[in-house]
Amino acid sequence: MSFLRGSFIDALVVLQMMVRDALNQAMDEELERDERVFLLGEEVAQYDGAYKVSRGLWKKYGDQRIIDTPISEMGFTGIAVGAAFAGLRPICEFMTFNFSMQAIDQVINSAAKTCYMSAGFQAVPIVFRGPNGSSAGVAAQHSQCFAAWYAHCPGLKVVSPWNSEDAKGLLKAAIRDDNPVVFMENELMYGVPFEMSEEALSKDFVLPIGKAKIERPGNHVTLVSHSRCVGHCLDAAAVLAKEGIECEVINLRSIRPMDTDAIEASVMKTNHLVTVEGGWPQFGVGAEICAKIMEGPAFNYLDAPVTRVTGVDIPMPYAKILEDNSVPQIKDIIFSIKKTLNV
Amino acid sequence: MSVLIEYFLNITDLVSHELPHFEGLFSRRSLRRCVSLHCDLHGLEEGPADTAVLTRDQGLSYYRCMQTIRRMELKADQLYKQKIIRGFCHLYDGQEACAAGIEAGIERTDHVITAYRAHAFTYTRGVSVREILAELTGRQGGVAKGKGGSMHMYAPHFYGGNGIVGAQVPLGAGIALACQYQGNGQICVALYGDGAANQGQLFETYNMAALWKLPCVFVCENNRYGMGTSVERAAASTDYYKRGDFIPGLRVDGMDVLCVREATKFAADHCRSGKGPILMELQTYRYHGHSMSDPGVSYRTREEVQEVRSKNDPISLLKERMLSNNMASAEELKEIDGEIRKEVDDAAQFATSDPEPPLDDLCKYIYHNSPPVQVRGTNPWAKLQSVSSS
Repeated sequence: MSFLRGSFIDALVVLQMMVRDALNQAMDEELERDERVFLLGEEVAQYDGAYKVSRGLWKKYGDQRIIDTPISEMGFTGIAVGAAFAGLRPICEFMTFNFSMQAIDQVINSAAKTCYMSAGFQAVPIVFRGPNGSSAGVAAQHSQCFAAWYAHCPGLKVVSPWNSEDAKGLLKAAIRDDNPVVFMENELMYGVPFEMSEEALSKDFVLPIGKAKIERPGNHVTLVSHSRCVGHCLDAAAVLAKEGIECEVINLRSIRPMDTDAIEASVMKTNHLVTVEGGWPQFGVGAEICAKIMEGPAFNYLDAPVTRVTGVDIPMPYAKILEDNSVPQIKDIIFSIKKTLNV
Repeated sequence: MSVLIEYFLNITDLVSHELPHFEGLFSRRSLRRCVSLHCDLHGLEEGPADTAVLTRDQGLSYYRCMQTIRRMELKADQLYKQKIIRGFCHLYDGQEACAAGIEAGIERTDHVITAYRAHAFTYTRGVSVREILAELTGRQGGVAKGKGGSMHMYAPHFYGGNGIVGAQVPLGAGIALACQYQGNGQICVALYGDGAANQGQLFETYNMAALWKLPCVFVCENNRYGMGTSVERAAASTDYYKRGDFIPGLRVDGMDVLCVREATKFAADHCRSGKGPILMELQTYRYHGHSMSDPGVSYRTREEVQEVRSKNDPISLLKERMLSNNMASAEELKEIDGEIRKEVDDAAQFATSDPEPPLDDLCKYIYHNSPPVQVRGTNPWAKLQSVSSS
């Protein structure tokens, strides 16, 4: 485990951990805790993970528990689900969620629906994890966000952590959950360090799936986001605070089930809502939030229609200037908030 | 008198087992019959032994099993035509020797997974005819409480019933991986048809199963037609037992329950001994069309179906074998038929009179061991709550 220690003038030591190390720690602890847990995927063992998230695990746990697979998503995902049927607790890694499309039938039809179809007889305790959404310069086929696709399906739980605490607590929760959980990481966040509380460092630190977190309280507008965009929302909020606009930033953490109550409570306080996501606008996470707000008690508290800030509705281009302008930037969030507030 | 005969027969059984040279003396009353077994091999030096032994008890048990499956499937046909069963219904009549023979060749603690033509395996894995028919009619007494239907029935060590063609094969290899991981000496039998044999995920699975030496028996039930497409029109190679390439394979007559049993035993031993996966092709035939919506005569002739029925029916084959070797009397078998008919009729009665599941079941068991979540109904005011299984 690598971490940075920063020391302050008053000798208060703050522990920082990168997201990848938080994920690593979560898997390490759960592998140790329950011998039915195992990890399989491409390059997870001897390569230490394509993005080094599983570094050191193969050396510690060996071939039986950390399994390198051939490039056969449909096959190894089916194998992982079958292992979950028969008493194990697999963590199935997709090198990126773009490749999960090869295997999506096994995720939806074999994993998600089986508990229901069997009237509760056959549980499927499996985690599907990997990086999701845009990266840097990897172009259209490697940059899609799958949050909306998976969150559409009953029987799945869909989780999208932002920081290291989210990553560790939610991954442990996902592994301990007896249901299929789609756990969507973000490649650009892997190397970002965050403070980890002592509680977060403990072996039993588990965050509840289905509960959002208010990262920053505020009174003027509610910002709802998930994954990397949460950071952008906080940056936008910092800029706007100087202008006297106080944003309440909600980190969804879970896309399905979504913490609608937290969003509604916030909207009933601020009267304005802006959703921010990296994925495409049509039929997306923000679209779903809009529909939920319309159908619930918070609608009557809105002073303006809900605003969605999303990725541009195009396949991701390669050139840096184009790519940068294909995803929400801080200035887009600030602009959208001001339009919503009519300032 | 019948008690005496029973006793006599038991003694003869003992004698012919313990002292083989006495067998000739009692040949008119012999209870065991050696059957010759033909097998095509791929990547194997030796196959199953070319003779098998059938005892009277085994014969009666296989007969009862196959006849029950037959009558159950025909009852399902009847109920479907009466519109009491709806949706998909893929019937297994003609293929009974496969399900019965496989179950006879494995242990109860082994695992089985198959595709959508699954009623027979649901039965051989321990679910009653009652619970199967009630699932087909969508009642709360069905094995999946009416939530699954024809293609989604489950039981201990039986993983359905799978609707997506070919998906069950990697699942089966995963179950085998769990057996290997847990070191319990169990194996998994993963079945698929001649149609599914061309699915890409099978080849991905063969690769991983062989690489990791998973204790998986892949079984191709080749009934000559994938829906309406004959094997010649679908496969560049119809030697399905060879399609595993580096995985050894064998092909046997799927209409002969003994051949199926012996091949299964051989295959199971192969896996259990740590040699890795093996592939078994069973040449079989379905009398019905692909499903109840397929009359089954647009792509094959009625004469062909009739020929198989008259010359190669698995139940008739076993019956003739037992009768001609004095292993059972015609009356005895007729009595068994009568018992089965009653069992199936009673099951159908239950399946048509049991109530449908209550509407409260709508949101039950979406999740397992999970706190309740709100489930949106058809409109915003329909707020339902999920109840998880535990």
